[in-house]
Amino acid sequence: MSAPLKETAPPPAGRTPAKVPAKAGERRGEGVTLNAFSHGFLALWALMIVLPLLWLVLSSFKTDAQIAGSAFGWPENWTFDVFTRAWEKGIGDYFLNTVIVLVFSVPLTMLFGSMAAYVLARYPFWGNRFLYYFFVAGAMFPVFLALVPLFFMVKRLDMLNTYQGLILVYVAYSMPFTVFFMHAFFRTLPTAVFEAAILDGASHTRTFFQVMLPMAKPGLISVGIFNTLGQWNQFILPTVLMQPQSGDDPERYVLTQGLIQLQQQQGYASDLPVLFAGVTIAMIPMLVVYLSFQRQVQAGLTSATLK
Amino acid sequence: MRKGQYRFVAGFLLVPVALYLIFVIWPYIQTFGYSLTDWKGQSQTFDFVGLDNYKALFQDDIFMGAIWHNILFLVFIPVITILLALFFAFMLNAGGRGRAGGVSGVAGSKFYRVVYFFPQVLSLAILAVLFRAVYRSDGGGMLNGALVKLGLVDADRPVEWLNEPDFVLWALIVVVVWHGVGFYLVLFSAAMQSIPKDIYEAALIDGASRGQSFFRITLPLLWDSVQTAWVYLGIAAMDMFILVSTMTSGEFGGGPDHHSEVMATVMMRNFLYYGKSGYACAMGVIMLLLTLILSVVMLRATRRERIEF
Repeated sequence: MSAPLKETAPPPAGRTPAKVPAKAGERRGEGVTLNAFSHGFLALWALMIVLPLLWLVLSSFKTDAQIAGSAFGWPENWTFDVFTRAWEKGIGDYFLNTVIVLVFSVPLTMLFGSMAAYVLARYPFWGNRFLYYFFVAGAMFPVFLALVPLFFMVKRLDMLNTYQGLILVYVAYSMPFTVFFMHAFFRTLPTAVFEAAILDGASHTRTFFQVMLPMAKPGLISVGIFNTLGQWNQFILPTVLMQPQSGDDPERYVLTQGLIQLQQQQGYASDLPVLFAGVTIAMIPMLVVYLSFQRQVQAGLTSATLK
Repeated sequence: MRKGQYRFVAGFLLVPVALYLIFVIWPYIQTFGYSLTDWKGQSQTFDFVGLDNYKALFQDDIFMGAIWHNILFLVFIPVITILLALFFAFMLNAGGRGRAGGVSGVAGSKFYRVVYFFPQVLSLAILAVLFRAVYRSDGGGMLNGALVKLGLVDADRPVEWLNEPDFVLWALIVVVVWHGVGFYLVLFSAAMQSIPKDIYEAALIDGASRGQSFFRITLPLLWDSVQTAWVYLGIAAMDMFILVSTMTSGEFGGGPDHHSEVMATVMMRNFLYYGKSGYACAMGVIMLLLTLILSVVMLRATRRERIEF
């Protein structure tokens, strides 16, 4: 995805002109219709992506009556009150909860994932292959298979509806892909550097943290983006694990869960602008991350499937 | 040195393996055991009931209907998504006016790629709220509003997209396709760009049309990516929990009258709402079996000789 095809140099002269002119007129005709046709479709799909999102954001500036009235009325309620209201109605807390969980879970995932991957990739020992497949196999099973016992496991550890519980579960469930990806990455790093570090008297641990890990930075960025997006958007695990356990147990919903909660509440309270404002708030960090790391995000997410 | 190395290896593996065992592997294994019991979750005691849960499952009309819906998703979601993604990827990479006999993408292909991929970074919860608003059952919904404006739908009787047994599954499929096309487009684009340009140029010189070069060159060389996409979309079609449970009516979704039920929603309802843990575990096992069968069948069915280039 780095360089679009059209930027590459034109083919060497002398090879093409021979046959092409004979059919040039016909080909041009075909090119023009196809071009209009393809542009039309491409633009149509782009509109189908952008319009609903834009419409939703604009809807947060409508009043409730306007939302129920006509879909295409222009918003008139141009105040940011609705965003403050959404933030206070819970979005703020949900946002904070998600950030608290991810601040711990993503770095821990990266740390433990690359530690395991590194050892498995570069140290031959008995059971190495087995452990590798043990980690990677987890990616094949649907999470639903584990849900019921997982709930009772976390309950037994007294970690239902706690940040630490969700953090540990996120780390564990991100292991398969992280180990898989970083394992492939560590294998490609040159052995010479590693040997030099050991010869200079660095311990294995030190070699890992000060030499190998910095060299694996591109891989870490890809997996990091993948895990951040995955954990930020996770819905099934918090739905099961983050329900208040008793009357005085406070809600610790994450953003995805909170939005659905808000959707159910606003359905009754009929304060839809607040819901739409909440969604807008939830979309903004994703939009910012995506636009600033657009290439890494695309590469990170698709390499997950390609490898 | 040798001993120190082993201590280092063990030290590095200890925490990751422990976490993974406790929270992933052990629950996976336990599910099989629990699926053979009549465990109700709240009570600490339960009895071994053999395959009773599985027998009950096959007489559970709701679960059987759910499997059928998953199969429908399995057929339509991958086909529609892959076709659209392939079409757009080909347009972006080779749809442009050939300059100097070369093959090029259309103008603005970079912009399209950025826009198309964006839904992929949004959470499905956001999509659920967005599309519930789009599918609203009165003139305030984007779809109904547009259809009323075009005169296709009577303003007094708008379509209840998510409450109409005939429409609800299609309404859900549209959301998944909308979400996924950009992702697979990027995936296919990357593969298309690794195809050497001389092949296209040679075909062009030999007088191949755009359609011919797509079917004779691009598609065969992309087959690996198509196959991966197929498996991934298939697995997504077996899940569908988030969208169904949040967009359709009923506790954990599935409405109207179980017309949009999928296996995951039936399972979650039995587990979290009715508290039938053992029964839910049996459903989990069935989901695993079907997913495994699916992956094997798809990999087999789509196997082609690998073309090296």
